[in-house]
Amino acid sequence: MQERIKAKAIELLESGVCGRVLGWKTGEFFYDVTPAVFESREEIERDFVFGPFCGANLSKYLIAESRKGGKVGAFLKPCDTYSFQQLQKEHRILPENVYAVGVQCGGMCDIDAIRAAGIKGVLDVEEQGDSLLVHTLYGDKSLDRAAALSERCRVCKSKKILGCAELIGEQGEEQPSARFEQVAELEAMTPEERFAFWRGELSRCIRCNACRNVCPACSCEKCVFDNPSSGAENKAPANSFEENLFHIIRAFHVAGRCTDCGECSRVCPQHIPLHLLNRKFIKDINELYGPYQAGADMDAKPPLVNFQADDPEPSVVRERGTNP
Amino acid sequence: MQKIGVFVCWCGSNIAATVDVQAVSDALAREPGVVFSTNYQYMCSQAGQDMIQEKIRELGLTGVVVCSCSPRMHEATFRKACEKAGLNPYMVEIANIREQCSWIHKDKLSGTEKAVLLGKAAVAKVHLNTPLTAGESPVTKRALVIGGGIAGIQTALDIAEAGFPVDIVEKKPTIGGKMTQIDKTFPTLDCAACILTPKMVDAAQNENINILSYSEVEAVKGFVGNFTVTIRRKARFVDETKCTGCGLCTEKCPQKKVPNEFNLGLDTRRAIYIPFAQAVPKAAAIDPNYCTMLKTGKCGVCSKVCTVGAIDYQQKDELLEREYGAIVAATGFEPISMDKFDEFAYSQSPDVVTSLEFERLMNAAGPTGGTLLRPSDGTHPHTLVFVQCVGSRCDGGEKGKPYCSKICCMYTAKHAMLTREKYPDTEVYVFYIDVRTPGKNFDEFYRRAVEEYGVHYVKGMVGKVVPENGKLKVQASDLLGGQQLHIDADMVVLAAAVEPDKSARPLATMLTASMDTNDFFTEAHPKLRPVESPTAGVFLSGACQGPKDIPETVAQAGAAAAKVIGLLSKDRLTCNPCVARSDELMCNGCSACEKVCPYGAITYIDKEFRGPNRTTLLRRVAQVNPAVCQGCGACTVACPSGAMDLQGFSNAQIMAEVDAICK
Amino acid sequence: MQVNETFKPTVVAFCCNWCSYAGADLAGTNRLQYPADVKIIRIPCSCRLNPLFILRAFQRGADGVILCGCHPGDCHYTTGNYYARRRMTLLFSMLDYLGIERERTRVEWVSAAEGAKFAETMNDFVETVTRLGENRRLEDLRCKSE
Repeated sequence: MQERIKAKAIELLESGVCGRVLGWKTGEFFYDVTPAVFESREEIERDFVFGPFCGANLSKYLIAESRKGGKVGAFLKPCDTYSFQQLQKEHRILPENVYAVGVQCGGMCDIDAIRAAGIKGVLDVEEQGDSLLVHTLYGDKSLDRAAALSERCRVCKSKKILGCAELIGEQGEEQPSARFEQVAELEAMTPEERFAFWRGELSRCIRCNACRNVCPACSCEKCVFDNPSSGAENKAPANSFEENLFHIIRAFHVAGRCTDCGECSRVCPQHIPLHLLNRKFIKDINELYGPYQAGADMDAKPPLVNFQADDPEPSVVRERGTNP
Repeated sequence: MQKIGVFVCWCGSNIAATVDVQAVSDALAREPGVVFSTNYQYMCSQAGQDMIQEKIRELGLTGVVVCSCSPRMHEATFRKACEKAGLNPYMVEIANIREQCSWIHKDKLSGTEKAVLLGKAAVAKVHLNTPLTAGESPVTKRALVIGGGIAGIQTALDIAEAGFPVDIVEKKPTIGGKMTQIDKTFPTLDCAACILTPKMVDAAQNENINILSYSEVEAVKGFVGNFTVTIRRKARFVDETKCTGCGLCTEKCPQKKVPNEFNLGLDTRRAIYIPFAQAVPKAAAIDPNYCTMLKTGKCGVCSKVCTVGAIDYQQKDELLEREYGAIVAATGFEPISMDKFDEFAYSQSPDVVTSLEFERLMNAAGPTGGTLLRPSDGTHPHTLVFVQCVGSRCDGGEKGKPYCSKICCMYTAKHAMLTREKYPDTEVYVFYIDVRTPGKNFDEFYRRAVEEYGVHYVKGMVGKVVPENGKLKVQASDLLGGQQLHIDADMVVLAAAVEPDKSARPLATMLTASMDTNDFFTEAHPKLRPVESPTAGVFLSGACQGPKDIPETVAQAGAAAAKVIGLLSKDRLTCNPCVARSDELMCNGCSACEKVCPYGAITYIDKEFRGPNRTTLLRRVAQVNPAVCQGCGACTVACPSGAMDLQGFSNAQIMAEVDAICK
Repeated sequence: MQVNETFKPTVVAFCCNWCSYAGADLAGTNRLQYPADVKIIRIPCSCRLNPLFILRAFQRGADGVILCGCHPGDCHYTTGNYYARRRMTLLFSMLDYLGIERERTRVEWVSAAEGAKFAETMNDFVETVTRLGENRRLEDLRCKSE
């Protein structure tokens, strides 16, 4: 797969279709793969990687890249393409300046999942079909790929590649996903339990803004929390409610636009399950206003800028039996 | 820092009885930025206003807080007063300490505490107020009247009389509306056609009136003074300008079996037709659903007989775009369908008719030439039963309408009276829930029906009508007599409830005019602004606002015209400056705001911005047309970056009020 | 449940200018009593209510926040309350999800003619919030007691 993608990247550059391509390269650690722009065959041959740690969603980078003049090539995994389409809907990515190549994906791995499987001293990971060959300080170990997947890939909602000029690998389909199970578990708790759960999680926030910076939906020119005239700006937390306020508002601002790519949780250095906030909004929207997947349909009106005359009343929250 | 003056009103004892006004003005004097604070018996009086003006001049106040009655009451008064003293009127905030404080609290301590908090919130808000200037927009001096019934015609005539051009859009091939189908009018019993048709001719001949018949409104853009309306002129396949209305084609057309809607399907017409003899415009139209030529390409008789060559089978719908300063909705009413009232056997027997059908059966131009004959066998009926409130005043609402249709009592009395007058050998029964006859000469009219004409009025509802052996067996209860009645009737006439025309709902959406739950247009104020819609520049005429008889309709039509004339006689309109503004530096161009804007006030432009390293970046940014924006603020919440803010109710201002109240 | 007799909650009521603010005025004109704990903030339309304002109110010590607007279908701006309805439903659901008592937030549609409904609504809401007591959860979140 990696070789086919690299060959395609080189072809795009050398045929003049694109002036540069957006892909991934290894960071400080092998599992620390980062997005990168490649402008020559040499760079691609030397640095371009595509492997089990290429979780980064490249769509957000196309906002800036598609405005720099010339055409940019981009390799997008199925879930990335939802963000890609959503950002086009919002006029953030200029599609005429992007040559998108869809890349089928078998799910991305999480180094913490590998460690959690009891494997220590990991040096490198090699894909071998459905299993991973893990090189460690203590010799090679084999691990089932499914066991190493990140949470979002274990509950992958779709393998469908949207809006790309060409594909590498097979086109996939939407698939049944258990992604709302954890939300449902929380909903089934008592308010006290939920409060305790979220206080435990959100109180760890250090307001590094990594979630905001990586989120394709959080692509505002200037965040409302950075704008002194908004009345809501704050960087240093004055009190811990600021964090809750920040995360609620952030989730609210991306509600109906969030494709559930899961980048927020992936990058959180404090391992706060931020995706559970977004998935709550998605679940509510699906249940109250009909199924909606952000980015799936270029013409569908996002649920928060839409309405039906017979929408449920807000009292539905008080009345429904989430409180056993 | 602002220099704020606080003026606390006693409102006589209205406020002062439950709020310690001295304590309020003392407490507010200690707020940051407050340089003057006082209280006075009647702030809205000339002396109170003079005091505010004097302090503005003396102390150079930059902001004023008046703690008084509701801003809905006197905000405009205080703004005007401050403006006269040189302060921008939008630097005034009102703390509502009467309706929302002194009048609802008995305890002076808590009332005073609350008044202080409300005052503090207003002071906090004024700190963030900015002077706003109201813009102006021009007025297109032409009106559009939608609907060409008596309401639309009267409104158009009155507007035209004042010298303004007016277009009437009518969906049918002729103007005239429901009144053309009515035989006689209560309470004077003069013939409807005799009083309506001259008005139709007046409208056609008035050089300020342009009749767009067989046309419908397709889209409405713009705002008060500046509407742009797209009108679909449906193909009538006859050139209106050439057709002389001679009617030869309507005699020769071989397709004879088209139900005649003018007579409510009680007889037939041809595929090419003129709705009725006095139609305006007097021009034929081809019904594409029945015309053999249009359906199969084989016929062309009308084209051959037309001496002026008016027939044009190739005619297509045309879209016309025109600009207007004011729009009048005059879409009228329809009787409701009788489908859900099968207990009256409407679908089972042709001798059960609605009141409007009865009008046609009595009318000289109707299917029976004005002789009352049973539709089933053409015989003369001897016993007639009239049922009132069919579908009106229904609880539950599913089957009928909750409201009184208002006109049924009077037209039923009219029908009963006319029947007895023309055919003294008949027995006429009227079943009613109540007889409602409030109107000039209305009750006298009803009493004449009972006393002079011997109509049997029975309080009670008809339970069932069963057709049997050419008779209609009517089962009814006589509530006053306390007995069940069984009447063998020859005809039953149902006074069907009225409902707004079906075209009203989509039109209201286009006009962003609000409707009530029954799809009648809502007026801006039920008592004080009865002919204006809450949407500026949209006016209401006739039964589209609620059930009405002809005199009321004409009166309301004239009132709507007066409002339109008042609007069109202005050269420029002052806009509300409390509108949304987009901060281009922060705007993402994501279109969320545009999607929630009910007025189409937001557009996008590509604008160059300075990028890093002396580059320029082209970015899509939102722009608000301040003349179109009405200031609802939907966009400000849809905008994730906060680039969109509402002047006069900005994020920071509301947040400051929240802070002041919650601290 | 133990009810603290002396506890006076802080309740913020956001009212749309056209219906509910007028309804509140009517309640006043008819001298219909409701607790002084309710403080009304006038906004042009229910759709002007930014979730930020609600969170801010809680952050600054409110014990309950209520939004009143025109009945659906009667919005002065035609559609504003429909958007508000979706936004508030989702926001309230999220607050509930975070374990904040769902009775602390409410939306009621009050027309300009419903002064009595306004007073009843406020009486009922203040009673509910008083029963819940001080907003401990958000106070905890505000880190005051820790």
